Amino acid sequence: MKNDIKTLERIATQVRRDIIRMVHGAQSGHPGGSLGCADLLVALYFEVMEHNPDFNMEGKNEDLFFLSNGHISPVWYSVLARSGYFDLKELATFRKINSRLQGHPATHEGLPGIRVASGSLGQGLSVAIGAAQGKKLNNDPHTVFVLMGDGEQQEGQIWEAAMYAAHHKVDNLIGIIDYNDKQIDGPVHEVMNVGSLRDKYEAFGWQVLEMNGNDMQEVVETLYHAKTLTGKGKPILIVMSTIMGYGVDFMMNDHHWHGVAPNDEEAARALAQLEETLGDY
Amino acid sequence: MTSFQILGHKDTRSGFGDGLLEVGKQNPEVVALCADLTGSLKMTAFQKAFPGRFFEVGIAEANMMGIAAGLSIAGKIPYTGTFANFSTGRVYDQIRQSIAYSHKNVKICASHAGITLGEDGATHQILEDIGMMKMLPGMVVINPCDYNQTKAATIAIAEHYGPVYLRFGRPKVPVFIPEDMPFVIGKALHLLPGTDLTIFATGHMVWKSIEAAEQLAKEGISAEVINIHTIKPLDEEAVLDAVSKTRAVVTAEEHQRNGGLGDSIAQLLARRLPAPMEMVAVNDSFGESGKPEELMEKYGLSTRHVVEAAKRVLERKK
Repeated sequence: MKNDIKTLERIATQVRRDIIRMVHGAQSGHPGGSLGCADLLVALYFEVMEHNPDFNMEGKNEDLFFLSNGHISPVWYSVLARSGYFDLKELATFRKINSRLQGHPATHEGLPGIRVASGSLGQGLSVAIGAAQGKKLNNDPHTVFVLMGDGEQQEGQIWEAAMYAAHHKVDNLIGIIDYNDKQIDGPVHEVMNVGSLRDKYEAFGWQVLEMNGNDMQEVVETLYHAKTLTGKGKPILIVMSTIMGYGVDFMMNDHHWHGVAPNDEEAARALAQLEETLGDY
Repeated sequence: MTSFQILGHKDTRSGFGDGLLEVGKQNPEVVALCADLTGSLKMTAFQKAFPGRFFEVGIAEANMMGIAAGLSIAGKIPYTGTFANFSTGRVYDQIRQSIAYSHKNVKICASHAGITLGEDGATHQILEDIGMMKMLPGMVVINPCDYNQTKAATIAIAEHYGPVYLRFGRPKVPVFIPEDMPFVIGKALHLLPGTDLTIFATGHMVWKSIEAAEQLAKEGISAEVINIHTIKPLDEEAVLDAVSKTRAVVTAEEHQRNGGLGDSIAQLLARRLPAPMEMVAVNDSFGESGKPEELMEKYGLSTRHVVEAAKRVLERKK
């Protein structure tokens, strides 16, 4: 390991502060899923992935990350800025006019770290598969990671892609599903039950792991373990249990916070629970 | 007037297949994807020559568009192949977000476009695809007219960085563009000179427009024929230059009137150089089963329809 767990946790706490401040500043955005995935993205960008903050689109000879559930852009923007892709100050422009930090991630404004637009759900897995096959054609041994939502599994294209990845043995790909059982209209199992994602992906021919996405130690260990499983003929999926809104007590486990910005009082209450470990932007 | 020699009869999709093999030999970054229509798209030769660069995706066009976008991130030049309907309407949002908005270097290659698909009927005869594709910011839209032009276009688009929609068809049609004519994206091609009116034509309607011009010549009407193979970006200079001389316009395309070539030219002329104009196109209708030539006649896309449009526009020019 490059870092101790405590260090990674402190970064994640600062990322959670950034998320609250960005969404509050814009009075718009998706705090719940962003907070839930902060540990994963910190583990990827500060520990597990080999990547180059001197961004180039092709990303040859480095690990790549794709965010398919693009609405949790705040966590990605924070982690990209804090790992050196662009100036931290730019986080203050989130969702505002003339910003590179669009509501949903985009390449159009040239924000370093973003390789494809996402937000319209169900498309990121396909793109990640193509990028992974491109790496194979380029004899690049690195890994492609893609994060998806659990509600997103309701999109048909996901299953086209799941079938394809197994059929074509795209084994340099690690898919991760943020399984918080929350979507806009309510609990996923009530809105449209996605059932056992482990069973579904295994039936499609994937190697499936599970982890608690809000336990940094477990996240780091599982991601390193998943990397050891690449190159063995199967795409890898991690079903990552998280708590939407993790780190802010009144946001936890409440789908209301999927896409609602905190007001001034709520933001203050949230920030009081999150230590400023690295300095605010 | 110049008369064109028919060099043979071939389908434009074969021009795509042969062009794909050729560009695959020239450029090792070219890869191809197909959604269970490899034979219909004439992609078999590429598949055999470059099996490691060919990706069968099965009947899953949305996934194909996403994978193509991903391959382009790795520096590849992906050519996707399926019917025009499944290349556009079925996957519009995938193209919009993952390819067009993300400015990916993907070549969307669409066969069996338009009504000349024939017997399969309206489910497969897309007549709205040019409109859908040209509305996407940054998308290049090309509809070549014969085997040679399709082959040349297939090769040329590899040199253009960015998304391209390349539209071609199923039936065997006259080959009349010289084999060695280079394809220049966005450059109108002057086929026949004329002084009374200008016919702007694309795709399968180009040969019919040449036939129409030859018939009109026998009646003493001098029709200029310009091939607009690239609908977007439109060669505005060539259109304005021609219309400033002839002051009467006919457009001809195997597509809906809404959203097609005629629509693009009308927009330009309304802004810059209003002139009497007639559009030979399908008028807000789906197609149906039948033989291609029967359908072209029934839906107003035969040589005689171009001739009649020319006469109507000349009435209005007086």
